[in-house]
Amino acid sequence: MPLLSVAGLTVRYGAIHAVRGIDIAVEAGEVVAVLGANGAGKSTTLKAIVGLVPAGGEIRFDGAAIQGWATEQIVRRGVTLVPEGRRVFPSLTVLENLTLGAAACADRGSADRHRAEVFDLFPILAERRSQRAGTLSGGQQQQLAIARALMSEPRLLLLDEPSLGLAPQIVDSIFELILRLKQRGQTILLVEQNLAAALDIADRAYVLANGVIAMSGTADALRSSDEVARAYLGGAVAAALPT
Amino acid sequence: MTYFLEQSVNALSLGGTYALLALGLAVVFSILGMINFAHGALMTLTGYALVFVSLQGLPFAVAAPVAVIVAMISAVILERVAFRPVRRASGATMLLTSFAVAVLLQLAFQIFISTRPQVVPLPALLTMTVDIGGISIGVNRMISIAAAVVVLIGLNLFLRRTTMGLAMRAAAEDFDVTRLMGIRANVVIATAFALSGLLAAIAAVLWIAQRSSVDPLMGLIPVLKAFIATTLGGLGSLLGAVLGGLLLGAIEIYLAAYLPDAALPFHGAATLGLVIAVLVIRPQGLVGPSRELAR
Repeated sequence: MPLLSVAGLTVRYGAIHAVRGIDIAVEAGEVVAVLGANGAGKSTTLKAIVGLVPAGGEIRFDGAAIQGWATEQIVRRGVTLVPEGRRVFPSLTVLENLTLGAAACADRGSADRHRAEVFDLFPILAERRSQRAGTLSGGQQQQLAIARALMSEPRLLLLDEPSLGLAPQIVDSIFELILRLKQRGQTILLVEQNLAAALDIADRAYVLANGVIAMSGTADALRSSDEVARAYLGGAVAAALPT
Repeated sequence: MTYFLEQSVNALSLGGTYALLALGLAVVFSILGMINFAHGALMTLTGYALVFVSLQGLPFAVAAPVAVIVAMISAVILERVAFRPVRRASGATMLLTSFAVAVLLQLAFQIFISTRPQVVPLPALLTMTVDIGGISIGVNRMISIAAAVVVLIGLNLFLRRTTMGLAMRAAAEDFDVTRLMGIRANVVIATAFALSGLLAAIAAVLWIAQRSSVDPLMGLIPVLKAFIATTLGGLGSLLGAVLGGLLLGAIEIYLAAYLPDAALPFHGAATLGLVIAVLVIRPQGLVGPSRELAR
């Protein structure tokens, strides 16, 4: 049984159907990418999984039907989202941000251990621990956002566009980091617009277009398929592509 | 000079009380985006709790903490009963709800207690004055200033050193992401209300220590002043609330002390005129549009 299984997920914002019945499964230890253009429903899907937007359909995590649960309950169960745009707490220090990441941890000892692990993984954060998060660079803030999520020792980590708005070499280092998390056995569901980079680290991927899954498969299969580019870029550009 | 120093003590005492009240409004506003006008009713409730416990023959030193606890519990109950159902509604809905709660409580006090002021027996100590270097200072004023200082230090420690304090600062910046930390939204909001109840109650005890009576409208004027103070300081900023409270207290006291006798009837208008002048120069308030806590 997959760690996460989403079946027939629908999300509406008023009259707009942002997500129109999608199925996604993530096995423990896998890195799965959800790709697609702006407005395809990728971020909405992640928000629905953690209960930040109301959704129809079925969401099961580790055997439990979690839809309708409060966000904090889902997080305590072991799913964490690193939101789009990083959203660190700017006036809080790096250390305070990390402390909050471990707020759901029952005992202080395990929080201390996680902090040591996280500082190991992100040496720059250890260096800047007393600095306000708002004063960090974009790449450092993204590291902090991921580190903060890891503090709760999630069994499933959801990453929403971790490369958005970052300089190219910083993007590379963020993807390297995700790869390292994968090698440590972290299960990850990743939403990205950066198709090539995402397919490089993912085991499998889904391509979303207009709120439905246009195609899915292993990363290798999708990489060699030009249909991905079509679904991804949308009709007009795809029509101009040579077939 | 002596007169000026005496008035300065008065300004600090009144400003400190305004600061506590403004902080109570700001704590809730920073998290829910709502100005809780029922804050004044919590003050009045504290006063009646003080009267009730004192009538049981218990000393003020016992009655005051009991009244504070009553106010904190009442604040949490108000949140649960009145504000939670409208938490996701528009700002106008929440504001009207807080007015409704304030009016309902006021009417309840008038119907079930009395429209007339109730006397609060104060210990003799509170009505004494002491001479310090030729300046005579009321003990109640000194206690007001000391209480405000202690509460401000305590609140600062709470917001910086405890996980719940951190969670409240985080929630003021980004509520959804705070929930993504696994922090329970209901607990954060209930704590904010308990804290505002605590601040309202301490302010009420200090307020009553200068007046020794409670009536159903007791909290109305102070909460309006506190609202002016939070606006003056910058809505949602805790530091702004404190500065706004102190500034408003100072403006009121010094104007009352130094305006010529003929102008004294316009003392209130002059105060508000100065407040408006500050807001014309700094529309965002003293501390700016920042919604950060504990800065």
